[in-house]
Amino acid sequence: MNFPLITTSRWDVEDGHTLEGYLRTGGYKGLRRALEMAPDQVHEEVKKASLLGRGGAGFPAGIKWGFLPPDVWPRYLVVNGDESEPGTYKDRILIERDPHQLIEGCVIACFALGLSQCFLYVRGEMAHGQERIASALNEAYKHGYVGKNILGTEFSVDVVLHWGAGAYIVGEETALIESLEGNRGMPRLKPPYFPASIGLYGKPTIVNNVETLSNIPWIIEHGGDAFAEIGAEKSTGTRIFAVSGHVKNPGVFEVEFGITTFRDLIMGEDYAGGIRDGNALKAFIPGGASAPWFFEEHLDTPLEKTIVDNEGSMLGSGAIVVMDETTDIVKACHNVVRFFSRESCGKCTPCREGTNWLEKILDRILNGHGRPEDIDLLLDVCDNISPGITWPPKQTTICPLGPSAVSPISSALQRYRSEFDAYIALNRATPVTVEGRTV
Amino acid sequence: MSRLNEENLRLARQILSLYPKKKSAMIPLLHLSQEQNGMVTNEAMEHIAELVEVTPAEVLGTCSFYEMFKRHPVGEYQINICHGISCHLLGAEEVLEHAEESLGVREGEITKDGKFSFEGVECIAACTEAPCLQVNYRYINKVNLDAFNELITDLRNDQKAEIPKHGTLAKTRQKIPSEKLAGPSGVEDATPPEWLQRNKESQ
Repeated sequence: MNFPLITTSRWDVEDGHTLEGYLRTGGYKGLRRALEMAPDQVHEEVKKASLLGRGGAGFPAGIKWGFLPPDVWPRYLVVNGDESEPGTYKDRILIERDPHQLIEGCVIACFALGLSQCFLYVRGEMAHGQERIASALNEAYKHGYVGKNILGTEFSVDVVLHWGAGAYIVGEETALIESLEGNRGMPRLKPPYFPASIGLYGKPTIVNNVETLSNIPWIIEHGGDAFAEIGAEKSTGTRIFAVSGHVKNPGVFEVEFGITTFRDLIMGEDYAGGIRDGNALKAFIPGGASAPWFFEEHLDTPLEKTIVDNEGSMLGSGAIVVMDETTDIVKACHNVVRFFSRESCGKCTPCREGTNWLEKILDRILNGHGRPEDIDLLLDVCDNISPGITWPPKQTTICPLGPSAVSPISSALQRYRSEFDAYIALNRATPVTVEGRTV
Repeated sequence: MSRLNEENLRLARQILSLYPKKKSAMIPLLHLSQEQNGMVTNEAMEHIAELVEVTPAEVLGTCSFYEMFKRHPVGEYQINICHGISCHLLGAEEVLEHAEESLGVREGEITKDGKFSFEGVECIAACTEAPCLQVNYRYINKVNLDAFNELITDLRNDQKAEIPKHGTLAKTRQKIPSEKLAGPSGVEDATPPEWLQRNKESQ
């Protein structure tokens, strides 16, 4: 339990979002240190840290950076601040309470990789976050931490704040790039699997999550080895988790990655403090709405990427949603499926049509008009989106949004099928409508 | 009338100058027009098309993809009630039902005085503060029905000065002084940045 706070150290500092508060608490030291090193050395430190991407997929950032083809310019950095995964609440706090840390991370990344320009994409709905980033950038430009001749050196790079406009799918990195190019935010066909080869304007592009980049200043100041010493062997450093739902003390916590368990976080007095009203746990989502659900027996699983992957789910975006025994599982399942149905971008047929039908069937079941064959029908539609309904999921779609709608259904059915059956057994007469009027 | 006014046109030109390709400014410019008019009008889309050098149809294509751009009038205060999973578990549906009853309009409709409209929205990243909502994209955390009523009264009596009218997002904009601007490199400019070359030479 003895670890330094890496990304959340300024959350309690009242003026931590201003340049003055940031500098007083050790800000921009990482950047100063980076500028004394060669760009390759800075990249090397990030590799040594084995920093896993904090957006959802958990791909090592240093390796992703290494996918940039040598000698191709211009090359860009795009910051993914489109946090929208249900249950996820960390990037918005990092943006609002410590914007300079994020900006410093961006500037260091641009230096390490010789990038031409950085676009900081902040979700449209986060008006306050946009204000905080804009003020921080204005200060940083004024005092030479960003822009022309950074800290009096020749190194120059612009960081441009860009606003989104409300679309979950834009969190997918190629959709983010499409959106930044002014298009509808639809994911691009793969390969190439990484925009590092073909990204923004067809040029090499690194897309990193807000939390990932917020770790960079600490890594450069203290060294990649010091970072790798914290946490587990393959899940290094610390990680921010948001625990919400039916817990006594919902909150956002930075914990040592790979070592803390779900039980510590959900039940621990220092964290979420246990289930509300002394109720029993029914299920929990371990990593955002896309993740298959976990149950009582998974509580002692450590928050470690590989272990959670092997147990059939993922840590995703660090969002833990707890459901107690009072939860109507069919309603919860419908809620998550409706999300994916609404947010499907419409590019791939299995997702566009499939998620929509899943929602309609669940609607019918909830209204008591379900048919006995509806469970098989749900699974059949799921199988068309994600063949075999396995984990990790296979997909008939370009991006993982479609298969994400399968997770809540397979999880809920696996453990609480009787609740679906009970709704179906209501067997209410299906209303017949003529020209929109019930007869 | 609903083309960008002079002041916003000046801002639009500044925004355009930050991107290597003009079309990238499309979403920021749509926000600018929504800030001016409370919604995105056809005339504004035509104006943006001229500015970013695409067809008006392409602007409509982008505009219609994103939830925040309203092509029809909404209330002065647009209330977005989160019904993501965390808020659902803690009573979002009751808040939605209450909004419908107390405002006397259905989701997506505007109250007669033009003040309010509301809708259920997906997760707005305040999950530990559930159930939550946004009024013109300003957060109100841990809402119960009484708090909702109080909020409506305050808004009706203009007691919430911190919440701007619909369309205005961030009240602070990024401003880069020209002498501090590194300058966007052209998309076709294939030479590595000068500083990088010199850094390599000095090693």
